[in-house]
Amino acid sequence: MKEIVQMIPFLGSIPLAVNIVVILINIAIVLAITLLHVAYATYWERKVIGHMQVRLGPIEVGWHGLLQPIADGVKLFFKEDIIPANSDKPLFYLAPVIFMVSALTSLSVLPFFDGFVIANINIGLLFLFAMSSLGAYGIILSGWASNSKYSFLGSLRSTSQVISYEIAMGLSLVGVMMTAGSLNLSDIVRAQQERWFVIPQFLGFFIFVVSAFAETNRLPFDLPEAESELVAGYFTEYSGFRFALFFLGEYTAMLIMSSIAALCFLGGWTIPAFITGWFPVLLKLPAWFWVVVFLAKVYAFMFFYYWVRATLPRYRYDQLMVIGWKILIPLALFNIVLTGTLRIMGVIRP
Amino acid sequence: MLPELFFGYFAAVIVFLSVIVITRRNPVHSVMWMLLLFFHIAGLYLFLNAEFIAAIQIIVYAGAILVLFLFVLLLLNLREELRAKRFVGAWPAGLFVTSALLVIILSVLKSFVPGPAGKYSIEFIKQETHTKALGKLLYTDFLFPFEIASLVLLVAIIGAMVLAKRKTGK
Repeated sequence: MKEIVQMIPFLGSIPLAVNIVVILINIAIVLAITLLHVAYATYWERKVIGHMQVRLGPIEVGWHGLLQPIADGVKLFFKEDIIPANSDKPLFYLAPVIFMVSALTSLSVLPFFDGFVIANINIGLLFLFAMSSLGAYGIILSGWASNSKYSFLGSLRSTSQVISYEIAMGLSLVGVMMTAGSLNLSDIVRAQQERWFVIPQFLGFFIFVVSAFAETNRLPFDLPEAESELVAGYFTEYSGFRFALFFLGEYTAMLIMSSIAALCFLGGWTIPAFITGWFPVLLKLPAWFWVVVFLAKVYAFMFFYYWVRATLPRYRYDQLMVIGWKILIPLALFNIVLTGTLRIMGVIRP
Repeated sequence: MLPELFFGYFAAVIVFLSVIVITRRNPVHSVMWMLLLFFHIAGLYLFLNAEFIAAIQIIVYAGAILVLFLFVLLLLNLREELRAKRFVGAWPAGLFVTSALLVIILSVLKSFVPGPAGKYSIEFIKQETHTKALGKLLYTDFLFPFEIASLVLLVAIIGAMVLAKRKTGK
């Protein structure tokens, strides 16, 4: 976005068409790879939870069920698209699109390895907040436009949950901004060459992890889609490919939360300096190799999502609100004061 | 040429969307058009190299305030709302006031003088990054107005709490 804005004054000197084509190719690569990862994240989740519960998980389609996500996708694509008679049609169509678009747009500011990011903007972290807050529209509109009790209650729960935990999440990342001295995600990662931010920002990391679970409506905070109470929550009335959009959006959001955790707290594509000190040969590897390091961290966090889902029961709604407003937000504010004090004392410096 | 084109697009669409927002019969649809309007305003900020303000416009207005609007709208009885008249009866008075305002604005337009160029040129902002420049100014030269604004917000928060608090006992 900023790159396009920056291009305008020098329009004559830069071959605009080439730039646009390069940007489009980058976008296509990132989208294709992410959607593939999202599809296999569902497979991996079913496998992990299956084995944790002493089952096998998907095993029939392909070798060890490896083709299961493809089969699911084909099935959802060809399913009948049912639209409730009393729904608000334009908004009913729009809701899953907003949900999916807000999740996918966040990908544009994530640096996957040093130098590869679609839009290297100075306000990367704020852009991520903006996009994650837009996802709430998809939820609230889907519930309202479906004209159904379960959908509406699910969407109200979900929206209030998302906007409550957004505050805690934003405040927990303020500590990261203060430690790195920048909002640019690439700069934040580069500031962690020596030491990952999870050490000085352990409090921020804890708050971030809890709010990331609530933001993506995952267990133990999956009240919006509590099956035993609300059928499926806000997307009860959706079927076929529109349902798939919600499903993909949720997993994309999980992938993005994991990426933020990796970038802001776990050093992104870098590995700690003392390890490269032992094995200097690592520094000679090409830049794209580090995407493997980044993905390893992202998948470790995704595994944590599944692990928690297989382990913990669901919280009650009032408990959820108490945790958000009375524990996490004050803790996050305390973390900001603590980080500021440490910076003034010179214990941490950017 | 392109900057004018950009600005022209944003200005025209903002005016057009504002009209759409106030003429919709369904208030929830109005809110969705307003969301699009806010995005165009953010685009205008971005066009001025004010990236921080653009992000805050989306986070605060689109992400928080408009969602609260939606919550309030969901409490309304939409069936009645859809049948209600869209415009109040006093529209001639409104038309008179707005056209008077338009005449005043047009009459002072020719005496418009662009302010002197200060230290904060686009090159300076690009080098310093907008967030940093804005933060430095807010916490040094404009600390007092900044604190007053936060105090006003604090008063509003306390007021809301007092109003919402249930009377206990007695």
